[in-house]
Amino acid sequence: MNRSLTTLNLRVNGTAHALPVAPGRRLSEVLREDLALRGTKVGCDAGDCGACTVLLDGAPVCACLTPIAQVAGRDVTTVEGLARGALQQTFLRHGAAQCGICTPGMLMAATALLAHTPQPSRAQAEAALGGVLCRCTGYTKIIDAVCDVRDGAAAPDFTGQSVGAPLPRLDGGPKVDGSEIYGADACPEGTLLVRAVRAPSAPARFQFGDLKAWQAAQAGPVEVFTAADIPGENRFGTIPPFADQPALAERHARLRGEAVALVAGEPAVIEALDLAAFPITWEKTDETLVHANRADNLLITGRVRCGDAQAALERATYVASGDMATPYIEHAYIEPEAGVAWMDGNTLVIQACTQAPVMDRDGTATVLGLPPDKVRIIPAAAGGGFGSKLDLSLQPLIGLVALKTGRPARMIYSRAESMASTTKRHPAEMTARIGADARGRICGMVFDGAFNTGAYASWGPTVAGRVPVHASGPYFTPDYHAEAHAQHSFSAISGAFRGFGVPQAAILQETLYDDLALQAGIDRLQFRRINALQDGQKTVCGQALQGVGISACLEALETPWAAALERAEAGNAAAAAAGSALRHGVGVASCWYGCGNTGLPNPSTVRVGITPDGALRLHQGATDIGQGSNTVITQICAEALGLPVAQFTLIGPDTALTPDCGKTSASRQTYVTGKAAYQAGAALRAAILSLGNMGPEAQITLENGVLILRDGAGERRVNLGDIAPDANGYAIAAEETYDPPTTGLDADGQGAPYAVYGYGAQIAEVTVDTVLGTVKATRMTAAHDLGRVINPQLAEGQVQGGIAQGLGMALMEEFIPGRTENLHDYLIPTTGDMPQIDTILLEVPDPEGPLGAKGLGEHVLIPTAPAILNAIRHACGARVTSLPALPHRVLAAIREAKA
Amino acid sequence: MGLSLYIGKRSTGGGGAAGAISHNSSVDSPPVPGAPSGHGAVGDFVQASGYYRPETMAEALRVLAGGPTTIAAGCTDLLAATQRRALEGPVLDITGVGALHGIEITADGVRIGAATTWSNVVRTDLPPAFNMLRQAAVEVGSVQIQNAATVAGNICNASPAADGVPCLLALDAEVELSSLAGVRRVPLGAFITGVRQVDLQAGEMVTALWVPPSGMGGTSRFLKLGARRYLVISIAMVAARLVVEKGCVAQIAIAVGACSAVATRLTQLEEALIGLPANATLCRAVSDDLILPALAPIDDIRADGQYRAHAAAELVRRALRDLTGEAL
Repeated sequence: MNRSLTTLNLRVNGTAHALPVAPGRRLSEVLREDLALRGTKVGCDAGDCGACTVLLDGAPVCACLTPIAQVAGRDVTTVEGLARGALQQTFLRHGAAQCGICTPGMLMAATALLAHTPQPSRAQAEAALGGVLCRCTGYTKIIDAVCDVRDGAAAPDFTGQSVGAPLPRLDGGPKVDGSEIYGADACPEGTLLVRAVRAPSAPARFQFGDLKAWQAAQAGPVEVFTAADIPGENRFGTIPPFADQPALAERHARLRGEAVALVAGEPAVIEALDLAAFPITWEKTDETLVHANRADNLLITGRVRCGDAQAALERATYVASGDMATPYIEHAYIEPEAGVAWMDGNTLVIQACTQAPVMDRDGTATVLGLPPDKVRIIPAAAGGGFGSKLDLSLQPLIGLVALKTGRPARMIYSRAESMASTTKRHPAEMTARIGADARGRICGMVFDGAFNTGAYASWGPTVAGRVPVHASGPYFTPDYHAEAHAQHSFSAISGAFRGFGVPQAAILQETLYDDLALQAGIDRLQFRRINALQDGQKTVCGQALQGVGISACLEALETPWAAALERAEAGNAAAAAAGSALRHGVGVASCWYGCGNTGLPNPSTVRVGITPDGALRLHQGATDIGQGSNTVITQICAEALGLPVAQFTLIGPDTALTPDCGKTSASRQTYVTGKAAYQAGAALRAAILSLGNMGPEAQITLENGVLILRDGAGERRVNLGDIAPDANGYAIAAEETYDPPTTGLDADGQGAPYAVYGYGAQIAEVTVDTVLGTVKATRMTAAHDLGRVINPQLAEGQVQGGIAQGLGMALMEEFIPGRTENLHDYLIPTTGDMPQIDTILLEVPDPEGPLGAKGLGEHVLIPTAPAILNAIRHACGARVTSLPALPHRVLAAIREAKA
Repeated sequence: MGLSLYIGKRSTGGGGAAGAISHNSSVDSPPVPGAPSGHGAVGDFVQASGYYRPETMAEALRVLAGGPTTIAAGCTDLLAATQRRALEGPVLDITGVGALHGIEITADGVRIGAATTWSNVVRTDLPPAFNMLRQAAVEVGSVQIQNAATVAGNICNASPAADGVPCLLALDAEVELSSLAGVRRVPLGAFITGVRQVDLQAGEMVTALWVPPSGMGGTSRFLKLGARRYLVISIAMVAARLVVEKGCVAQIAIAVGACSAVATRLTQLEEALIGLPANATLCRAVSDDLILPALAPIDDIRADGQYRAHAAAELVRRALRDLTGEAL
């Protein structure tokens, strides 16, 4: 603030600018805030993620680490300066952008590479892009694209195709030209900047000092807001009966990073504030109980019990038992939480990152004391979510400031505050025993897991509920007793993260299955095939399933498994002969996962209509966080309606414009919203056919506001302009709601918690350096049953991205509050860490899913870590029981195995 | 107290490089990118804002003599270490000083100017003794970091995990320090005195690194161990330079990083290896008791101390195996 500004000359994308700037200001800030070129993204402000990569005189640099003074007289190229040329077209064609937040950085790094190496090898591309992190794609399709840039390559023509076609994502254009609006990218005129004062440690009590004196001492006007300013109930939570989290803590902080006050004002004033000097005194406490009404810090226990597991284990021929500990895992989306709120009349509008717009609306309305219909949520494009953006973060905070001041209010979390204050994957400490009979058939299993849910409930009850339902794996387990306990601590909040606890449980179950197979002398893949759940068999919840795809997945892996074992054997023979320390191993693991809420209502509503002037509009309320629901839901609706995808215009998500499609979680959108979209499409088709008095086989076309219906007998034309529009402005429309037919679970977890499950199995091949304990995953073969493949390109992208996250969980990721709140101490895989991935998509139709489809998003992550651990063990005998399998832990396990 | 050398709250360490002195150049020779001349009123804003970006050494040294100043070059550590939107003053940005750019091979040895980036190192043709430095250069963070971060900044940031330090130690590098009072040179091992501590006096700045002719013999190898492929802070790293005469070790320099507060030469081991046959048997002479006394590895999130020591010894053996032509 006190710094004088002087004019600095530079050229950006060929345009000369003379800017009044502080010379030490980050180039990223100048581009985004002074020049409004917000295609350049900021993920960390530390050079750890590369999202802000721009070209400086043609060379890639991190704009966040470049003081503007050093740019004087130079040429800057940003994503806005790339014509939508061959590289971007190739990114679209290959599906290289999912959420798209890393895409500008990837494009700039690739542009620099291609300038001197027009046809790079994969290794060259990986090295050139090694400084840009992506959390969605697993990099495979990005590297594919960079190695396949060809001028004038024809875009594939999928005209007329819907379900089953590898359509490039419908919302891809803005992701590759930098025009997509993420949470940090909307900034109306006159917007106030908001920052939070946060707890340095917990548990602690606090008292504010002289706020007015502090405000008066600042360089410009600063508004301060505390819990006392909150007009509604200062309490939110994802599951209403467990709501326990204040938007701003009242007197007491339960976790490091908890927000206790807000400051708001002109951006230049707020940016310059030293919040370390904010008048607040902290008193550490030695309390141990996190919530007074939750004895022993137990939030909830989930339980599933069938038969007599103890008796089954006693009669088992083979018994495997073991423990597994997994740490906090950070979602590490490249977009930290961000958004803007403003008043539109007396309606509060919030445009922010989210996976759950209606939950945001209702939660924010409660905190701010507004009726829900006075809050409108317009989801910004989400720069990755993976579960954490299901919870409220900044919505009530910017909402409070906008409501109180009447001015737009904007907040952008720093990487550190994003990591400290938002939810994580639950750390788990699990123990299990599994028994098999002499023929290798599983006869019983007991499982007990403690899941650290941190300071607030968030999705702890869901994790505690899901884990016992799934801990058997997709295997017939007649006698079973599993419990999962969600336990509070004064630490980071654990919530939803791709799989809701199931990935942790699968690590223990699948590694114990390897023990059993070894004991029984049965090939590890065969052991799983013997036990794979079959159609009509009951799950541990007593639910008889149909359309069970696990056997198909395991069968599809037979040939790759034999080839992988052969490769490992040959590799090991060669290594032994050469005296090398490298050893090769192969592992396999399976997954299953129920789609949607666990035994609770979970509806989606989809509206589709045609206006009098012939615009076909799909109100698509499922938030696309990169996984592809904008495309997939449209494909399903198009299939049912019988009009081409290209004729659809997507509306929403926007709580003012789209009916509720629920939250993007639990792998439910393709199935639940997809089914609603199918039914809406079918209902609209039926209405159109009845207008023309045609049978179900008739073809429909839509041209210039006229519906043309043809069948063998003839043609009828319906002029839409002749029909009086309905309240929503449609000449003809349909709206359908679908809610999965599930039942609640009884005290023993018996019931039908999900209507649809998805299945998968993966083979991992690894090379272990047995002297250093380092592990390199060389190849993954992933077989997943999708019931019906709606879009193979998007499905492959999900598989590859899930594997990247599973690999990170297995080998490198560990969130330690206060210690790894950045992306150089918290490691996620880079381009150079990814194995070759072979994807096999299978279709075992589900009787309930739309066109037989099942969910996929979370399934893909579950088998990866246990398959890698099983491969490590196969390579060198090491049994790693505490993740991540960092080199020192693997080496210790190798030594233990030898001892 | 000396100059206000910026002490970062955290390190991008091997990943970050640059720091108190470093630079931002992607070309090897003048005109200096971003140099003030002809590009608007840089000198003016400099004076007004407390952000100085002079063109000459004399001007830079005058700024330094004026009081505590943060010296900035590539800024990949300085800006990574703050959550602020800008570097706060007073700042001396040395990247406009043409004389600080580039690598020169002279009769006195090789001079690496203080504003020389890691990308410059990669692109410069250097004798085989520098192979390890070039191998380290492509391990510093990412291409984006290498295009901005400087070799000198890596030294001044003084992270225990700085990728450049073991290599420069094994090159017998010296640090050229300048102030209005004159120029002095100190061995790199004496310049870095502790974790994020260097021997920089008031009014003084690093102007170059020198590799003397005595350090330019033989060929060399750098090995870095981390938990992922790119953008990673080392668990342990080793730089080794070997001069062979008549089939035997005539001169050897081995340094280990990330296993002590400051990267260190393994002098005891070096002495034990002199004169031995430079072949596959050489690595067998590498015993832990010649290495471990020189190290003080810590337990942290990346590894435990015991593992670090083990890994360092193994990396030394592998580096020697590579240098003596034997594949792993």
